[in-house]
Amino acid sequence: MARATTTRSKVIFTVIGWTIGFLIFFPILWTFLTSFKSEGAAVATPPQFLFFDWTLENYREVQSRSDYFKHFTNSVVISVGSTLIGLALAIPAAWAMAFSPTKRTKDILMWMLSTKMMPAVGVLVPLYLIFRDWGLLDTRFGLVAVLTMINLPIIVWMLYTYFKEIPGEILEAARMDGASLMKEIVYVLTPMAVPGIASTMLLNIILAWNEAFWTLNLTAANAAPLTAFIASYSSPEGLFWAKLSAASTMAIAPILIMGWFSQKQLVRGLTFGAVK
Amino acid sequence: MATLQTRATARIMMSPAVILLFVWMIVPLVMTLYFSFLRYNLLMPGTEEYIGFLNYQYFLTDPAFFTALANTLILVGGTLLITVIGGILLALVLDQPFFGQGIVRLLVIAPFFVMPTVSALVWKNMLMHPVNGLFAWIARLFGFQPIDWFAQMPLFSIILIVAWQWLPFATLILLTALQSLDGEQKEAAEMDGAGAISRFIYLVLPHLSRAITVVILIQTIFLLSVFAEILVTTNGGPGIQTTNITYLIYMQALLQFDVGGASAGGIVAVVLANIVAFFLIRLIGKNLER
Repeated sequence: MARATTTRSKVIFTVIGWTIGFLIFFPILWTFLTSFKSEGAAVATPPQFLFFDWTLENYREVQSRSDYFKHFTNSVVISVGSTLIGLALAIPAAWAMAFSPTKRTKDILMWMLSTKMMPAVGVLVPLYLIFRDWGLLDTRFGLVAVLTMINLPIIVWMLYTYFKEIPGEILEAARMDGASLMKEIVYVLTPMAVPGIASTMLLNIILAWNEAFWTLNLTAANAAPLTAFIASYSSPEGLFWAKLSAASTMAIAPILIMGWFSQKQLVRGLTFGAVK
Repeated sequence: MATLQTRATARIMMSPAVILLFVWMIVPLVMTLYFSFLRYNLLMPGTEEYIGFLNYQYFLTDPAFFTALANTLILVGGTLLITVIGGILLALVLDQPFFGQGIVRLLVIAPFFVMPTVSALVWKNMLMHPVNGLFAWIARLFGFQPIDWFAQMPLFSIILIVAWQWLPFATLILLTALQSLDGEQKEAAEMDGAGAISRFIYLVLPHLSRAITVVILIQTIFLLSVFAEILVTTNGGPGIQTTNITYLIYMQALLQFDVGGASAGGIVAVVLANIVAFFLIRLIGKNLER
């Protein structure tokens, strides 16, 4: 009897679960499908779900008309660049906090967290003026710098929670064996920390890729990453749904796949270790 | 035991990150504070002068400020309501064993990885368009008059889009918390004859309370600064019906070039965010001690 109810409930929840999953995912699926339609089929009523003439024309058009790959490259440079610099700054800091904590370590961590809570718009004016005066507006360098600082607290925090889980005894043993600090880091700590560093990197690339306040306000034609490029489709003359869909699909596909791989770390990273 | 030497090394290792972050935080903030006391408009160079709290007075008594504040609160509150309740329900469903659970989980968290400009434009054009949108087609299918989403209920439309983006976040965190619930406790409650609903109220909900608080606080921080979704869909309009504080300050700074006024607004936004941050920091800080 108990078994029968389990199977039945399993079937019921399969139906409910898949329905909800499908509905939530639908806008993404719809974008994906529309990207293979002609502009005419994209706005057709009733909508055409699967039976239309599949075409790759939009993907070609988006590239030839608007230099899509320039913006794609900008996104890659900005998100990966800011993440790598952030890691270079954060790894030593998080290491020190996790393994040589002092009384002030907790305060420093909390203070770092608090900088993350400052609304971006609060420093929009000075940053815009500094960028203007230093010729940093619409440069990749400027955006890499801003995004590095924006995500640095999250990187430090995530690494800290990972490093915390590495048993200190191992380090002590290495020290007893006469390993220097550098050796300790390179041969003992790094191998154990690599998974944590990798997932921190993944999450941070995702966050930087999708950042849409500074990228929209500090870039124009040259350094605009995909967030800003897609925003240009909001102008009335840009309402080509199939092309918008093709550009969108290419913009979200790599990050969606990375996101699916990092879903476990997402919780830890975004809650600063408060929920694991 | 950390020796003096390792302590000094630790300090050196920490300092680049700490110093850069400190500069990054303090320099622009001080500049904003300084500008907020000046009459400073980029269109009228050379007329900068100290005007005390006048910018604050203008900003805080501007009717647009109250509209924007109300919009901000509705946007944050509405999105929280949808994502927290929806997130709890979704987490409860995803926690049950069923076929293809892992795949459904991936489908559900997907919207979180879609960049804000993409999700806003896809929703605005392909789903909510009053003539060619999918929702309009569904409405006509059932014999209803299609809704002109961004003309009739602009703020609600934005709430829907933002809620779609944040529902995965709430679901994922609540699901993680749900899965850490002790199975034996559930069984014990079942043995004692507690029904599904009382089990949910007396056992599951208290267990989730911390995760719910975390979801609310973190989302609030992000939702206070919703920007891209408004920029690409409504530009704050019609009128200022979808202008939130962030967007109001953006307009003042980069469209009207009123550096002084925008800075005063920026400081107000910082104060508002700090009220939320105060509680979040305490909550996470408490967690650190364990």
